[in-house]
Amino acid sequence: MAGSLADAQAVTKAAKTHLSFHSVQMESPPLVMAAASVLKELCYKNKDELQAGFITAGWDMKKGPQVYIVSLGGMLISQPVTIGGSGSTFIYGYVDAKYKPNMTREECLQFATNALALAMGRDNVSGGVAHLVVITKKGVEHVVVPGNKLPRFHDE
Amino acid sequence: MLGEAEPHWLSEEVKTGTTIIAIEFNGGVVLGSDSRVSAGASVVNRVMNKLSPLHDKIYCALSGSAADAQTIAEMVNYQLDVHSMEIGEDPQVRSAANLVRNISYKYKEELSAHLIVAGWDRRAGGQVFATLNGLLTRQPFAVGGSGSSYVYGFVDAEYRKGMSKEDCQQFVVNTLSLAMNRDGSSGGVAYLVSIDEHCTEEKVILGNDLPTFFDQ
Repeated sequence: MAGSLADAQAVTKAAKTHLSFHSVQMESPPLVMAAASVLKELCYKNKDELQAGFITAGWDMKKGPQVYIVSLGGMLISQPVTIGGSGSTFIYGYVDAKYKPNMTREECLQFATNALALAMGRDNVSGGVAHLVVITKKGVEHVVVPGNKLPRFHDE
Repeated sequence: MLGEAEPHWLSEEVKTGTTIIAIEFNGGVVLGSDSRVSAGASVVNRVMNKLSPLHDKIYCALSGSAADAQTIAEMVNYQLDVHSMEIGEDPQVRSAANLVRNISYKYKEELSAHLIVAGWDRRAGGQVFATLNGLLTRQPFAVGGSGSSYVYGFVDAEYRKGMSKEDCQQFVVNTLSLAMNRDGSSGGVAYLVSIDEHCTEEKVILGNDLPTFFDQ
């Protein structure tokens, strides 16, 4: 979630309800694309009132792991790696340079933690702790990296 | 035709959108810039060299309003020539940076340009100074221009103390390439200037010779 957190929370709550209804109708867990689409519909139809963007990522049986980004105006695209929010402008260069396809779980965690730490170091409205969620076929794991355990760079 | 409106880009301010960078190494400095000059959405010059000499071993990198930046550089070039004749030897990098800063600070309401000053002198070797908004600060490296926002993370992660001249040149080229890919106001070719005790070397790296990344 990024942008106005109030809008983002409201949209997420509505999307959760839509999705759980959808998955009851389909009698199976929803596809990642379905979740992203629900968010996109809400953002696009209410674009004049809302200021919220989302990155949706997950695993489903049909396409495996996927990442989608829904921008402020309601555009939905699929990308192998994506960043968002105010701090993201500072790490476009880092992500472009350092991302490689088919990294391992540990490499991905390190890459994401580094990217967050770099953005938090430059963006005055980002900071605190880093929350990471690892999603695989087997399930979901939540990793929290407190501020003092974040990677440090040359000027710290 | 009567009443034909002139093209919109004739009346828009010309900005060197830009990505500029300067970095110190042991014994000198490397400066780098892109080459795009934009007036609104039009590119009015795609091969502009934004690395401007202030003296034999002192260069500055221009960003912001093209007119403001060029004028400041020319004025300081003249003032430095006079100063170096007065003292009878090559000027210090700090002196050049001070001259730039004095103009940027005095006229800060009227001007909108940021110059990074870098060079080599006998007293303190390679030095990089940032002069944004009229401050003066010496830094191991400095980035500037609209494209710099996108590469703060990259330079924070990749910069190490004690890099060699070749490492610095590679670092500058990589940074410029990443910024030029993301910033609409930066692009074209990359210009590099390497200054040390023995020589000042200017280089151009054409678009297709720039480093590419995973999605290109």
